[in-house]
Amino acid sequence: MRRRWISRARTIPGYAGLAVLLLLIAAALLADQIAPTADTQLLLQRLDAPTWAGGAHGYLLGSDNLGRDLFLRMIQGARVSLTVGFIGVVVSGGIGITLGLIAGYLGGSWDRVIMRVADVQQAIPVLVLAVAIAAILRPSVANLIAVLALTTWFTFARVVRAEVLGIREMLYVESARVVGANARRIIVRHVLPNAAASIIVIATLQVGNLILFEASLSFLGVGVPVTTPTWGRMVFDGLDYVSTAWWIALFPGIAVMTTVFATNLVGDWLRDALDPRQREP
Amino acid sequence: MRYILQRLAQGLLVLLGVTTIVFALTFVAGDPVSTLAPLEATPEERAAFAHNMGLDRPIPVQYVDFLAHAVRGDFGLSYSSHEPAMGEVLDRLPATILLTAAAVLFALVVSVPLGLLAAMNHDRWVDVIARLFAFLGQSIPVFLLGIVLIIVFGVDLHWLPSSGSGSWKNLVMPAVAVGSFSAAVLARLLRSSLLEVLGQEYIRTAYAKGLRGRVVVVRHALRNAALPFVTMVGLQVGFLLSGAVVAETIFAYPGMGRLAVTAISRKDVPVIQSFVIVAAVIVILANLFVDLVYTRIDPRIRLR
Repeated sequence: MRRRWISRARTIPGYAGLAVLLLLIAAALLADQIAPTADTQLLLQRLDAPTWAGGAHGYLLGSDNLGRDLFLRMIQGARVSLTVGFIGVVVSGGIGITLGLIAGYLGGSWDRVIMRVADVQQAIPVLVLAVAIAAILRPSVANLIAVLALTTWFTFARVVRAEVLGIREMLYVESARVVGANARRIIVRHVLPNAAASIIVIATLQVGNLILFEASLSFLGVGVPVTTPTWGRMVFDGLDYVSTAWWIALFPGIAVMTTVFATNLVGDWLRDALDPRQREP
Repeated sequence: MRYILQRLAQGLLVLLGVTTIVFALTFVAGDPVSTLAPLEATPEERAAFAHNMGLDRPIPVQYVDFLAHAVRGDFGLSYSSHEPAMGEVLDRLPATILLTAAAVLFALVVSVPLGLLAAMNHDRWVDVIARLFAFLGQSIPVFLLGIVLIIVFGVDLHWLPSSGSGSWKNLVMPAVAVGSFSAAVLARLLRSSLLEVLGQEYIRTAYAKGLRGRVVVVRHALRNAALPFVTMVGLQVGFLLSGAVVAETIFAYPGMGRLAVTAISRKDVPVIQSFVIVAAVIVILANLFVDLVYTRIDPRIRLR
């Protein structure tokens, strides 16, 4: 009885995560309508506490050191985080899935070369390499996405390769080959659809990771121009005021955590639903 | 022994690859001369600069030269201090190793009891709470945890210093901030591999011959669940180093991550390169160490 209750309760966090994500996406898409005045500086109202914490000027989450509305800036910040998270996964996944398919299906020296490169990249901590590349490149959202794709593709490649190695030996692939289908057709029509479940799951979890990386890079001042409102940079800017105006650093940080938490919830839920073999007991 | 030698050779090969990537970093931005030479330089000054830096030679020649110097640990002089770049990074290395080791310790101290408790109380409230904590730990960015710790223990309670280094007190907050992600990952892994092991036949046999639950879990289950756990500890080292870069910035902790962040704002390429190499060497050594531990835990590998 208890077990059944728990298994049903397990889908609730997934829906909750999805709801939060949709809300964030809506905020990011409508940022210019909701928060057109995010950059307005009212220096006389700087460092004002949130209204519910004794603030005098009615800011929901307080104002920053330049007298800007923290909440409105956070809405603008959602845009960079989600863009990098979702588009980054598409690019990183595109590279990783392609290379994983090649390594797994063609095997041989293709496999060896691709997997060696993956080994090498895995030896360099992602953030360390990303910081190094991003520091040298001109800061922009497009460059940031490229950097993160270059430093995270191997996660996809490994998962896809492992999947393909199993699928390749299946009878239906064998049959397709006997009928005369070429490698491309087999990969597109037979291998890819069967690997889709684990690709979707890993992609969702990677969205959260990329958002975390983006926030850390912006925090360190590399990646996007420092004037662009990003959650990571807002945390950094608030660091100097943490003993007096704690809200500046705290709330953008919480925004990152909430987003990543929601993505992880959705990823976990998708894994349970699509890929039950990987389900945590 | 052969296994370890094989691993060592693999590690060296990976290091060669890392060095190649680091070499390529110089060219990421296109023409290195235009990024590195002063903005107001005349074309003649640029040419002289390129010649002095050896940047006017063909790339393969530069690569071989780079490797020849890299083998001796020479990555050139820092652009800002004009000291050997590798020496600067190595000076800061002990502080970062101390921080990372403290973070590993924290991750182990938290994850082992949490994973054990969760597995032994499968699907009961202890398990649900442990899972929730692990999930939170995996979602919280290092900088947020660092700032919450500073606000609570530094600013409010005055228990711990929020910046600097020198005493164990300076290590506590950065280590917790850096280690939490790994603690969460490790706890989840230990829980699920314990649950898997606990379903095996030999566990039932152990129970059947009358052993008490705790003995079965510690002596039989934990030992078998240790293998994936140890592998994961090795894989965490990279994440811990990434986290250390952020934590050192928040807590003004004088490690190599903070040095690198400063170097980045100055486009000090030799220091950045040295930093990437040192980070990679730590990861490679950590994984070699894990392989060694492996041979201790699993006799099947030792005998192969």
